[in-house]
Amino acid sequence: MTRFRYGYITAPIIGFLWAFTIAILVAVIMSFISGDLFKPSLTFSLVNGVFVGLTLLYLKANKRLILMGLTLLIFLISYFGFGAVFIGEQVSIQNRMVTSLLIALAIILPINIMLTDLNFGALTRHDFEHAIIKFLTWFGYLFFTFIVVIPFYVMLMTSLKSQQALLANPLDFSIEFSKGWALFRSYIELFRDFNFGQYLSMSLMISVLTVFITLLFSVPGAYAIARLRFKGRAAMSRSILLIYMVPMIVLALPIYIAFSTVGLRNSVVGILLIYPVTTVPVALYMLQGYFRGLPAEIEEAGLMDGLSRLAVIWKITLPLSLPALASVSLYVFMISWNEFLLAFMLLDDPSKFTLTRGVAMLNSSEIPRQHLMAGAVVATIPIMIIFLGLERFMTKGLTAGSVKG
Amino acid sequence: MSDALPPRKSGPLQKREARLAWGLLFPTISSVALVVILPLMAIFWISIKPITLADLRTAAPTVYEKLRGDFATGGDEGTLEYRLKNSSRRQEVTEVKLADTIPTGLHILKLDERCELSDQKLTCEFGDWQAGYSEKLRIPVQVNQQFIDDEINVRSSKAQISGHGVSALLNGEFTLTNFTKIFDGGEFWNVMGVTLFYTIFGTIGALFVGLLAALILNKEFKGQGVLRGLFLFPYVAPVIAVAFTWVTLFDPFSGSANALLLQMDIVDTPINFFGEKPLALIMVTIFEIWRYFPMAFLFILARMQSINADMYEAAEMDGASPFQQFWALSMPQLLGILSVLFLLRFIWTFNKFDDIFLLTGGNAGTRTLTVSVYEQAFAISNIGAGAAVAVIIFAVLLLFSLFFFKFISREEGL
Repeated sequence: MTRFRYGYITAPIIGFLWAFTIAILVAVIMSFISGDLFKPSLTFSLVNGVFVGLTLLYLKANKRLILMGLTLLIFLISYFGFGAVFIGEQVSIQNRMVTSLLIALAIILPINIMLTDLNFGALTRHDFEHAIIKFLTWFGYLFFTFIVVIPFYVMLMTSLKSQQALLANPLDFSIEFSKGWALFRSYIELFRDFNFGQYLSMSLMISVLTVFITLLFSVPGAYAIARLRFKGRAAMSRSILLIYMVPMIVLALPIYIAFSTVGLRNSVVGILLIYPVTTVPVALYMLQGYFRGLPAEIEEAGLMDGLSRLAVIWKITLPLSLPALASVSLYVFMISWNEFLLAFMLLDDPSKFTLTRGVAMLNSSEIPRQHLMAGAVVATIPIMIIFLGLERFMTKGLTAGSVKG
Repeated sequence: MSDALPPRKSGPLQKREARLAWGLLFPTISSVALVVILPLMAIFWISIKPITLADLRTAAPTVYEKLRGDFATGGDEGTLEYRLKNSSRRQEVTEVKLADTIPTGLHILKLDERCELSDQKLTCEFGDWQAGYSEKLRIPVQVNQQFIDDEINVRSSKAQISGHGVSALLNGEFTLTNFTKIFDGGEFWNVMGVTLFYTIFGTIGALFVGLLAALILNKEFKGQGVLRGLFLFPYVAPVIAVAFTWVTLFDPFSGSANALLLQMDIVDTPINFFGEKPLALIMVTIFEIWRYFPMAFLFILARMQSINADMYEAAEMDGASPFQQFWALSMPQLLGILSVLFLLRFIWTFNKFDDIFLLTGGNAGTRTLTVSVYEQAFAISNIGAGAAVAVIIFAVLLLFSLFFFKFISREEGL
């Protein structure tokens, strides 16, 4: 490592790696937006990156003017075909300019930040590692955003395309605004011909009821395990976790058999019998972790003042644990909204489908892909809206049960 | 002075508390017992029974009634026919009885010896029928003019048939072939190998990627909240939506990923990502990592944010470099949560069914144990064999859990 600890070696290496990263990224993004030919170029990434790295290191360019000049230079280099991304000939001038500008900005500004602490000659280990870490951090931001966003982008854009357009160029995800409302054809057909409105309300109803039943069962149980002393308490809290580890498919088989013989298959009641039981152990585990964290003194004061245990739970513990209840509800809602296996096995009657079961039905060779993707979007959007609105609770709730500060 | 010892026996207050605790836990315990413990026991029972999907229906006798012959005028003769059948091909039905009302105007000429007739009521006793039994009971009849004029239908009085069938689930037939079949041939060890590959690499991958994501987000900056929310997307979205999206994205014919690789001249022919032998398993594992790194990320980030920042300042003063700080300060503090996460994720990945089922359906060398349960029970409709695989899964899990509790009780103080 010591051999690399010179500014004039570290800077060009970082410059090159960053330029190549940006090249791949911009090429893929532009391809996915326009469907035209964009290709990362290793050689020109090397040339551009090393040049930028060394220049910024040498000029210590925190002055705006130099940065702007350099950006313009890289922009021009890229525009005329010597940039980190090879731009196909049929690409429109507009897209060519956007690509070049994107490359210039995305290369210059981050490299400038990464190299601020470096000097030209020998580096201390500290400064060297700081530069590396800055590079890796920036790389991480891009990498993670990219891998998370791409599938969702493809899902959304595919649902807006027509069959012919998809077959003609699977890369072309540009939105044809000229089509107006016809853009949403897949969605309209899903709701009109495939009953998705009903599946949506079915899923919503089942999920909300599951949340209520789960809370009804798990709040008293969690309180008992967290607060009350009784023989077998440790064993109880362990067996809850143990149940958490039984694979659903193992249970699904006998449940399928039992429901078939009793006639609970294809019924909402059957689903509502099963779903809460799969979520109660999780909810109980999360809640008891939270209850334990509450100060016992307040409850004891309530007991001293003559409240019964149940009144203490109702009047003191529950109001205090509203955030935990919110996060548990959110998590349970998410589980039952996303549940697929049981719905798939127990429901065959299209009039009783949940949303996930309905989407699974769309996965057939007779139904075009964009319908499947539109179904996926319909299933994803509600849970995303709820999640983004209550993300703070979600984060806290998921980690509440097991992480101790 | 006598020592003040705590009372040994539990006093009335303690007893009351314990009673209350069990009372509060009762709904949970009973429902869990009903839906978890009972099915688990059922699985063991089914695994030693030779049973298929078709056997789920209890054997029962069926009857179909028909009047044959041309009836033009009163006095014409024909046949009253009862088609009798045991609905099951594998189970016998015992004490089969038939009862029917013969319409007036239909005169029975000759009665089968197993039947009796009184006041137009026909009753027959057939005794026991073996599996797959079927018979046509023909009774010669004569009609009168009234019968023809009124256009009487013999089926207007429904023939009642009854008999005792034992469900294939409950009879005394046991077998070990379900298990011997599983272990026959290399198939099982192949499936086991795939499961272990998927589980081990899926777990380690998700943890590692989650750790990296937590590292880069463990600082305050504008947009940190947005990125944190974004990173959780794969975990929050319904599995069915993201799995089908991956299938669409990596489709060999119309997938964007292949189109991109072809356009950039990286490959010459499209790659069948989810259809080729070693690649499909790798892709499925990558999907698993992609989908579950957010969970590891969330837990690790929460733990990181609870580490005291003073320590790092002191280390910085002493001249520790960032990597040194990570290895010497952060890692030891994270080991606890990492090992807990490892065990949890290991077990959950081992149990995972939907992801592989939706991505490849267990084809192209991606059949794990859980997918195999489904394959056996529903695709081949051999429920007994499926249950046997489930029993094996359960046994392996029990081993994990023993290990898990030995370990986690130290880590978590549960």
